[in-house]
Amino acid sequence: MNKQRKAVALISGGLDSLLAAKVIQDQGIHVEGINFFTGFCVEGHTHAIRKKDQKKVKRNNSLWVAEQLGIKLHILDISEEYKDVVINPRYGYGANLNPCLDCKIFMVNKARDWMKENGFDFIITGEVIGQRPKSQRKETMPIISRDSGIDDRLLRPLCAKLLPQTLPEHEGWVNREKLYEFSGRSRKPQMDLAAQFGFDEYAQPAGGCCFLTDEHYSSKLSDLWQFRGERTYELDDIMLLKIGRHLRPRPNFKLIIGREEGENKFMQGYRKMFTTLRVDGHAGPMVLLDGKADDSDLELAAQITARYSQGRSFDTVNVTITDTQGHCREMTVTPMPEQSILKEWYL
Amino acid sequence: MSLHTLDARRLLCPLPVIRTQNYIKNLAKGDSLAVICTDPGAEHDIPAWCRINGHRVIDISSTEEEITITIEVGTLV
Repeated sequence: MNKQRKAVALISGGLDSLLAAKVIQDQGIHVEGINFFTGFCVEGHTHAIRKKDQKKVKRNNSLWVAEQLGIKLHILDISEEYKDVVINPRYGYGANLNPCLDCKIFMVNKARDWMKENGFDFIITGEVIGQRPKSQRKETMPIISRDSGIDDRLLRPLCAKLLPQTLPEHEGWVNREKLYEFSGRSRKPQMDLAAQFGFDEYAQPAGGCCFLTDEHYSSKLSDLWQFRGERTYELDDIMLLKIGRHLRPRPNFKLIIGREEGENKFMQGYRKMFTTLRVDGHAGPMVLLDGKADDSDLELAAQITARYSQGRSFDTVNVTITDTQGHCREMTVTPMPEQSILKEWYL
Repeated sequence: MSLHTLDARRLLCPLPVIRTQNYIKNLAKGDSLAVICTDPGAEHDIPAWCRINGHRVIDISSTEEEITITIEVGTLV
């Protein structure tokens, strides 16, 4: 009797990885999924803390995909090791701070380790030639296979027919004839295949799954590195870049201003790490001050805080400033006029 | 069979799921784990993770601030 072959699928939660796993599953291969947590994942839940987004379905798409396929999903936290990928990408960045090629190599390498530890035979991904300008090109695919150390045990079912034969095909574990030859940025072939499989609901047909591909997010991360004087980060740093308005009115500090109740509540959890500002007697944002601030800086921060509160039309308002030790002081300030908040302060 | 508690407060998904997954690796079948979360997404994701990995959610309770999801550990692989 033939040995039951096992494949580990990289599941991002998007359509391509869903289809790739399904194609291989349908060839009688036992498939389990891996999803990686880098800290930069575009998660519905990060947005879900915002009150206005709470009507959206709160689900993790990779878990949802695994449920649709009826496979196990293993979520691996690689956020600590991933820092080196973000900070020192061998193959450089894409349009923003997205190190897509290095990222893919790193993830396939991690999946390879998992595959070996758990007695699996090969890895599958939802890559499609030409789908992404940085990492999913015909010339980058051999680089991923080589640099990750997976070599011919990496199968891309959606474009396999356009690539050299891999071990699972060569050994007859999977039938190459039943694989695909998708290429280019069009999503139509994937959508047609999804319809064929009966998948009428899926996430982000053409979207990215990483905040580093976002121009606005990347500029905030660049600012963090520039003003910190070194290219480092902690998980809390990159989480906070997803939250609130970020303004740097002076080089020595920036303000993170909650945009609504959900964000204000979430930011409360950081009050022991940052000086916080809140307006008394008027509805308004929770504000975190990141950096070193003297009295003049605090006054400016209080004026800006007042600007974003319901007290903005009053002559003066009181702002409570609380340091990381919980010591409070009150400052009476004039809310900053809208035109005095300079565009270049916004990150 | 024993009852365990995992504090996943202040963590955004998928971290509560990851912590749950890693904690359960060290438990035995039939043990219970109460996971305390503040991310509302956990209320959906932890049960989803349990369904695909063979564990059973036996209770979900919430206050304005926190959600507690109690899991009975199923067969581990």
